[in-house]
Amino acid sequence: MTAAAITPSRKGAGFWGAFARNKGAVIGLAFLTLIVLMAAFADVLYPDSPWDMTAMPFQPPLSDDALLGSDTLGRDIAAGIAHGARVSLLIGLTSTAVAVLIGVFLGAVSGFYGGRVDDLVMRFTELFQTIPNFVLAVVLVAIFTPSLTSIVLAIAIVSWPPLARLARGEFMSLRSREFVHAAVTTGQSNMTIIWRQILPNSLSPIIVSASLMVATAILLESSLSFLGLGDPNLMSWGYMVGAARTVIRQAWWMSFFPGIAILLTVLALNLVGEGLNDALNPKLARKGRS
Amino acid sequence: MSNRLRHFRQTLTAAALAAALAAPLALTVPGVAVAQERGGTMNIIVQPEPPILVLALNQQGPTQTVAGKIYQGLLTFGFDLKPQPELAESWEVSPDGKVYTFKLVKNAKWHDGKPFTAHDVVFSTSKLLMETHPRARATFSKCEKIEALDDHTVQFTLKEPFGPFLQAFEVSSAPMMPKHIYDGTDYKANPANATPIGTGPFKFKEWNKGSYIHLVRNDEYWKAGKPYLDDIYFRVIPDAASRAVAVEQGTVQQTQFNDIETFDVPRLKGLPNVEMTTKGYEFFAPLSWIEINTRNKPLDDKRFRQAMMHAIDRKFIRDKIWFGLGRPATGPVNSVTRFFEPNVRKYDFDPKKAEALLEEAGYKKGADGTRAKVRLLVMPYGETWTRLGEYVKQAMKRVGVDVTLETTDAAGWVNRVSNWDYDLSFNFVYQYGDPALGVTRTYVSDNIRKGVMFSNTMGYSNPEVDKLFAQAAQTNKDEERQQLYSAAQKILVEDVPVAWLLEMEFPTFVDKRFKNAVTTAIGVNESYDSVYMVKK
Repeated sequence: MTAAAITPSRKGAGFWGAFARNKGAVIGLAFLTLIVLMAAFADVLYPDSPWDMTAMPFQPPLSDDALLGSDTLGRDIAAGIAHGARVSLLIGLTSTAVAVLIGVFLGAVSGFYGGRVDDLVMRFTELFQTIPNFVLAVVLVAIFTPSLTSIVLAIAIVSWPPLARLARGEFMSLRSREFVHAAVTTGQSNMTIIWRQILPNSLSPIIVSASLMVATAILLESSLSFLGLGDPNLMSWGYMVGAARTVIRQAWWMSFFPGIAILLTVLALNLVGEGLNDALNPKLARKGRS
Repeated sequence: MSNRLRHFRQTLTAAALAAALAAPLALTVPGVAVAQERGGTMNIIVQPEPPILVLALNQQGPTQTVAGKIYQGLLTFGFDLKPQPELAESWEVSPDGKVYTFKLVKNAKWHDGKPFTAHDVVFSTSKLLMETHPRARATFSKCEKIEALDDHTVQFTLKEPFGPFLQAFEVSSAPMMPKHIYDGTDYKANPANATPIGTGPFKFKEWNKGSYIHLVRNDEYWKAGKPYLDDIYFRVIPDAASRAVAVEQGTVQQTQFNDIETFDVPRLKGLPNVEMTTKGYEFFAPLSWIEINTRNKPLDDKRFRQAMMHAIDRKFIRDKIWFGLGRPATGPVNSVTRFFEPNVRKYDFDPKKAEALLEEAGYKKGADGTRAKVRLLVMPYGETWTRLGEYVKQAMKRVGVDVTLETTDAAGWVNRVSNWDYDLSFNFVYQYGDPALGVTRTYVSDNIRKGVMFSNTMGYSNPEVDKLFAQAAQTNKDEERQQLYSAAQKILVEDVPVAWLLEMEFPTFVDKRFKNAVTTAIGVNESYDSVYMVKK
């Protein structure tokens, strides 16, 4: 145990070894792979649009023409879940990517330069942190009318502050390390030091929190769609739950299956994130466990 | 022990009473099985809470339902929209259709004890309502003079004949107001507005804001022996799910209009304690449609719009989206109102016919199977309309038309539709019992007014339709009007300025113990002087 923990930074077998030691993470990863495959092959599994009314409305699960039942207009729930996986993953990944870009850039600048710049950037970050995430996202989407782009941007805009603070901390601590001083002495430019020296060394915690952020983004998207603020032309899980909520007493399956899909995906992402944490930040992980 | 004895005695008395009452009544009034007894309290949902109860100052739906028990009009209307006496016991129309003379009931009194006279009618119609009530102003401004011939006779002289003039005397269109309280005052700031005074069967007692409005029996009511109920509570319940539960548990005895969401209707319909009716909305008779901006391509082509009528299954919409409420619409006039014309071009659900029309109009399928692209601005009035948008998108896709859905909030919807910034949208309007009041405004070209909602926002213009509607309003001969309106409807259905969807129905749920709740075309807005409770 201790031997393994001492040499974690050696990548390759060490990384997978550490990851695989977390059973939950492996299950999560397996499940996530399934969901990604489902999203990738949605068009093969269900070639028709998920909006097509292919069955009789209100068919319970295990009916002939609808495995998981049909909704109030006769749309296949299973087709909706397969196509909805695309929307959820797409929005989760792109909005996290945008949030990472904004967060890491601001955090890096702030942590590297310190002083006035740091003050300025951090006050700006706090401005966003004081407004409740979801409320701000609702307002942004409502103002810019719901569409794929506006939803991705809204989620990114409310999710970057924690990343900025994380990156800032990493940059501050690495800034005073010897290898950075050495780089300064050899005359490397600030950009080179940030990009080539510090950033690669601060990636681990950023990757871990980004993986968890994908889960949060999927939840945010589902909540927005639930409230009717999703892209009206895209089938998403949150939309399915929201639309079925009104008939929950007559037809439980319409909201149950998409709800399960959201739950399992978010859970899988969290498990994978924890596994990554174990693998990439062994010291932190051990501290948390003992 | 004495308790049990008393109970026994009560049961005996009740049984004896019931027998005594039932026997003679069954003999004397065939068809009426139960006595119309005094007593009883009715709890009715009111939603949303009205801002004020003075009907002359505010005519929102909930205000009408509550204030309809306090105030009265000269006339009311049967299910067939024929006028029936209320504060006017009889009326006469001159042969040229210009002079209307009303004989008023002689024993009506205001709630403060002052007699109701012709002077109150003259004051209400020529002064107060002209200032406070847009719909009444539009009608009574057509009068040359309004005068009291004696204390109980009023005469209206019109500048030219106006077909639906009698419709203007329904209670929410022209509520009678007390001259002795309002004359010479600032109507909107009158302190009496907090304690409304009318001639109706129920008097205002108390208003606990956010909770209930309490009306009590008017013992001095001018119809002898009426009303039967002791009091009515209007309960404010803002949450739709709680309203449904209140009906299930029997804590309220009536709901109306949109109180119960469409998806709850099938469930509540099955309850043993309530009865559902969709009657009593004939005066309002809402009609829904797909609003079409006829200025934009490809919607400027009549054949494209006709194809839409064939591509959309209105029966599916009624059954699956409105859960069985309403009737598929065939044209611009709701079939329960006056001057409906059934013999118009029929648009049955037939995607093949739709595709043929699109081919003919030159909209060929592209490489991706798409003939044309349009946008649909979904009306932000809740889930049901969202479902409708999704259905229309799929139905149009089946005939090769790609529909992009757009969402917005209520203000944005009004703004965009009234400023003509849309391709397709949804809409529904009330018809107020006569085409001249509720239908004409949508289709005539002099009502193409940018920035005004519920006008001719489609930009549809047909001089012949304009002429027919104008002529039909200016005569009061029903046969002549029917001919003119029939001609107009035939042209409109051929032109499809909007794609009519449903003649909408609202569900009214009434506790089975309460009788006579819905008896006229204004249904729940009626005075309720003949509603009674059957005691078990």
